[in-house]
Amino acid sequence: MGSTIIEKILARASNREVVRPGDIVVCRPDMVVQLDLLLTIEGFWHRPKKLFDPDRVALVFDHAIPAPSIKDASGMVEGRAFAKQFGLKNFFDVGQHGICHVVIAENGLARPGELLVCADSHTCAAGAFNCAGRGAGPVDTLQAMTKGEIWYPVSETVRYEFEGELPPHVSGKDVFFHIAQEWGGHSNLSMEFGGPALAQLKMTDRRTIATMCAEVSAEFAIFDYDAETAAYLSGRMDRPPEPVAADPDANYHDVRRVDLGTLEPYVMYPDAVPNNGVRISEFPEDVAIDQAFVGSCANGKIEDLRVAAEIVRGRKVAPGVRFIVTPGSQQVFLQAAKEGLIEVLSEAGAVVTNSTCGACFGYHMGVLAPGEVCITASTRNFKGRMGSPDAKVYMGSPATVAASAIAGVIADPRWITG
Amino acid sequence: MSLVREGRAWLFGDDINTDLIFPNRAMRLPLEEQHREVFSANRPGWVDQVAPGDIIVGGNNFGMGSGRPVGRLLASCGIAGVLANSVNGLCLRNCVSFGLPALTAHGVTELFEDGERVWVDYATGRIKNLDRNTSMEATGLPRLFQELVEGGGAIPMLIKEGWIEAEPRLAAAT
Repeated sequence: MGSTIIEKILARASNREVVRPGDIVVCRPDMVVQLDLLLTIEGFWHRPKKLFDPDRVALVFDHAIPAPSIKDASGMVEGRAFAKQFGLKNFFDVGQHGICHVVIAENGLARPGELLVCADSHTCAAGAFNCAGRGAGPVDTLQAMTKGEIWYPVSETVRYEFEGELPPHVSGKDVFFHIAQEWGGHSNLSMEFGGPALAQLKMTDRRTIATMCAEVSAEFAIFDYDAETAAYLSGRMDRPPEPVAADPDANYHDVRRVDLGTLEPYVMYPDAVPNNGVRISEFPEDVAIDQAFVGSCANGKIEDLRVAAEIVRGRKVAPGVRFIVTPGSQQVFLQAAKEGLIEVLSEAGAVVTNSTCGACFGYHMGVLAPGEVCITASTRNFKGRMGSPDAKVYMGSPATVAASAIAGVIADPRWITG
Repeated sequence: MSLVREGRAWLFGDDINTDLIFPNRAMRLPLEEQHREVFSANRPGWVDQVAPGDIIVGGNNFGMGSGRPVGRLLASCGIAGVLANSVNGLCLRNCVSFGLPALTAHGVTELFEDGERVWVDYATGRIKNLDRNTSMEATGLPRLFQELVEGGGAIPMLIKEGWIEAEPRLAAAT
């Protein structure tokens, strides 16, 4: 019997011939990424005395940039001292910063066929590049960066086969929402993506889909490697890619087909993602919003900002609505400036912020008050996620969010772009 | 160290997420105050009712969501163990790696009402309701997780083996 992509990567990293669902394997990581917030929250950071390989340990400041409090500032002082002590070449301080999963992508740290460790739950973002990653939590990340060991239970895998072509104004976010709506949670399952239409699915959409798989509680989420992956990674990596493909006789929990051509924008209702959405044409309500947000590791990419800018170009954000756009990285911010997107967004009445996790996790730069309603193109809509537990957070694609910012109510982007 | 735990049950529904267990408000608080925010959005006052040794009995996908170290915070509340119809994969990691046993036991929410006395052996997976004299069997924790729990989690091991400093580095108070 053959192996899935994840089984092959875990087998290689754990120095085994094969691994099978039910195994628990101890792996050697290929890259370990640490974050500012884990140096700031008290009690979880013991500075390492040694690292398994300083060239394979990265430090990214992302969650609270620039520091919104003395405590956050102090955590980053510790981060700089740690980076200096070990001479980390992959240290992304304020100025080189960005949301870690975006910085990881831009700098080729998630490499095909490899295993990436990071505490953050959206580490499955690496899967867009045929790289295995899943959130590891702070202690396991500390163990990975020091001892060079991390354990994973091997789970069964669901294979998704893409067919057809995405209609206009329907994006990777909607593809993910469709999967979450049709098949719900994927707890204790990994997800693998490929199929005849993969070639038409752009890297930006793949990155959103892979990142969002945390929201259906997937273990790993990973894409096949193809020319699109190679094109994105070209010039970003310091060693040749070693992509991994599934065997034809790999054993899957299930194989599911997704016809991209039949999809439309989705809206997800507040408090949860799995089985909690609706196609926007069936969205029954006239829901007024106080805030619209485009950002996060899932939707702070330059392509997301282009979509938002295109929709608001020459229009105005509705009175009483705050439209906040947070680039995923300093590089995205700079690119958006060069393309004039910041001008377009600002003229429309949007606020373009510095790159950070910020509003996505309700920490700073767009926190919601009790009773407020937000539609967000970010990662998560849990109660209290973006501020008050008494705020309501709907989710949509960057196009849907931008259209809603203009309309003042949750709106179909296909209508506003007419 | 035994993997048997005995305490009162606290029942929770499906899909209890990390942001309910570890709200972002707790992130800037001193370590000894962080646990005051646990379940403040969905069960206000719970931290004052929970007693050392109590056990969480959760529904499906308990602890879904982020990488926040929820096990540490639940332990700070006095929780001695987690049982759930299913424990989320990342939550499981963030429990056993902090020395808090967490076990998937399908149907465990059927066995208990709030406040009933739980007896559980995390090594064998045997679970008893001491008040009703009923029981069930789940699959016990794998050996690797048993060792983590017995050792108080990964941090004491990393300190003992000389990989990390003995004391945590604390960011300055706000």
